[in-house]
Amino acid sequence: MITLTIDGVRVQAEEGETVLEVAKKAGVRIPTLCYLEGLSPRGACRLCLVEVRNWGGRLVPSCATPVQEGMDVVANSPRLKELRRTILEMLFAERNHICAFCVSNGHCELQDLAMELGMDHVRLPYRWPLLPLDLSHAKYGLDHNRCVLCGRCVEACSEVEGAMTLGFSGRGVFTLVEADLGDPWGKSPTCTGCGKCVQGCPTGALFEKGKATSEQVKRPQILAEVTERRPRA
Amino acid sequence: MPHLHIPVTRVEGHGLITVHLGEDGRVQEARFHVTEVRGFERFCVGRTLWEMPALTARICGICPVSHLLCSAKACDALLAVRIPSAAEKLRRLMNLGQIVQSHALSFFHLSSPDLLLGWDADPKDRNVFGLAAFDRKLALDGIRLRAFGQEIIEILGGKRVHPAWAVPGGVNQPLSEESRDRIAAKLPEALRIAQDALSLYEERMGSWAEEAEHFGKFPSLFMSLVAPDGSWEHYGGHIRFVDANRRIVADGLDPRRYQEYIGEAVETWSYLKFPYYKPYGYPEGMYRVGPLARLNCCDRFGTKLADEALGRFRALAGEKAVTASFHYHYARLIEIVGALEKIQELLSHPEILSLRVRAEAGVNELEGVGVHEAPRGTLFHHYFVDETGVIRRVNLIVSTGHNNLAMNRTVAQIAQHWLNGREITEGLLNRLEGGIRAYDPCLSCSVHAVGQMPLRVVLFGPDGELLAERTRGA
Repeated sequence: MITLTIDGVRVQAEEGETVLEVAKKAGVRIPTLCYLEGLSPRGACRLCLVEVRNWGGRLVPSCATPVQEGMDVVANSPRLKELRRTILEMLFAERNHICAFCVSNGHCELQDLAMELGMDHVRLPYRWPLLPLDLSHAKYGLDHNRCVLCGRCVEACSEVEGAMTLGFSGRGVFTLVEADLGDPWGKSPTCTGCGKCVQGCPTGALFEKGKATSEQVKRPQILAEVTERRPRA
Repeated sequence: MPHLHIPVTRVEGHGLITVHLGEDGRVQEARFHVTEVRGFERFCVGRTLWEMPALTARICGICPVSHLLCSAKACDALLAVRIPSAAEKLRRLMNLGQIVQSHALSFFHLSSPDLLLGWDADPKDRNVFGLAAFDRKLALDGIRLRAFGQEIIEILGGKRVHPAWAVPGGVNQPLSEESRDRIAAKLPEALRIAQDALSLYEERMGSWAEEAEHFGKFPSLFMSLVAPDGSWEHYGGHIRFVDANRRIVADGLDPRRYQEYIGEAVETWSYLKFPYYKPYGYPEGMYRVGPLARLNCCDRFGTKLADEALGRFRALAGEKAVTASFHYHYARLIEIVGALEKIQELLSHPEILSLRVRAEAGVNELEGVGVHEAPRGTLFHHYFVDETGVIRRVNLIVSTGHNNLAMNRTVAQIAQHWLNGREITEGLLNRLEGGIRAYDPCLSCSVHAVGQMPLRVVLFGPDGELLAERTRGA
């Protein structure tokens, strides 16, 4: 067993557990976006940053940091709140997250985070990129404008479904989630049409076609459930 | 040179009136400019058709429901589905609620202060608060009637403003028995208020004779949807044009082929386009839409109380069309009564509670037109999509746009009658405001624009020199 402190409370943890998992068990809320139970932690969004006081105040992503003996973790502080809010503002400023007519309006993790972190406005200039939609798939649509590049869809596709259809292309803010080698999703010979990517997507970037504004309710927990139920060797 | 600024208040959006004098000092021309641009038609491009109803509803906060329903109809056409008949009834119910709430807003909140407190009343009293001080019951009635219309929208769509309930293929929520009964319980009071307001208008009408004569009284065409049997229609049916003699100029026109008979002219001095009836050319093809046009176009309303009132309305002009834009107010009140009667009919229909309210389909047509009657007149949404359902092109013709030529004609007529010399008097301004307000224009909708800017009036001499300019309260 490992003993550490989170927000001044001493907690015990198993070897190999992450700071986020232990905090969750201890009832300490740490906001997350790219983290999803059932998928490998990626540390992509940085919203779950925590401060380790006895590591010289280093910031680490709690979802991808295994616990260590004697760690003194700060999970919530004015500094972290400001950092998380700024990260969120960057996500909003990067693409076109306009909630009013979004399929996921009212059922969106990005929107929920904005409310939780009190993001009443964005202090950075919006980039307003002109990004296309891919509606070529028979069942699903992909709207790059609403994508936060969390990678949950890519992992759901590779780790849970095993199809490895979705991946990233490009770099930095120009990164796009694409099927296979960038062909229209509907032409993909590898996609099984399972929809795990859609269920795993935290925003309206991936959606079921035919859903109108506010109608897209997702079940991200299904990824952990199918992994759990899967027979093991 | 005097520089006076006057906002035309109590309309939706931005505008400017310019009056041009001739050598003889008489009014030569007056123009009603809409001075803003918004670009909805452009930025819908690239979005999915399934987002369009909620997206275009954001054009307006007064009539989001109109855009929502019209857009949903255009999308039905893209899916090439016939929506379940219960869904059509529910959409009709919401549109009637919208007509009631919007007309109540126009009459009680925006226009009745002019009508009841007088054109020369202090501007600070000529508003709904002044009205409440003058006649508390009437003001409260107006608020209640509007609330009733909004409640229908809220019950059906989940919220009063910007409900995303109408979807391509139908609606996403049926009506429960309990909700139906809630609407029905409030109907008698709403009908009582509407009838009282109608009686009040009819009693007082004589005292507005001069305004009725000069607030846009001129021959023009009128356009609206009518039902297949020629009765009043707000959701389906076909397009009819009648002239000032109420002679049918064109009938049975397919709303989807509107571009064959409606042209859209552009003038450099306004962001609002000038639609006209193509066979008559521009600008002779001027036509009016909205409550006045709907009553002039239809053979009958189709409900008892509204048809009785329609008889009295028709008596104003004998066999001819009522061409005085002032009587948009009258037509609006008759439409409220008729809409309430139609709400009653719909609520009594057993199918209104049906759970089958949505047709599912993919993209089956690459072009779709939706047409219906918004409170202010006929509304057109025209979309082009690619094979996957991504919007490629959008054209919107909004009710206020149709009335653009007529509103221009109206301000000229008012200026000709009330402008004395080179000064913009209070009385002229109030009437210019009132003349525009009779159309209940939604300038925000018409150019798909948003914001706050007062309507200014500017007077030009024969050589184009600025004589006077007023913006009240600035």
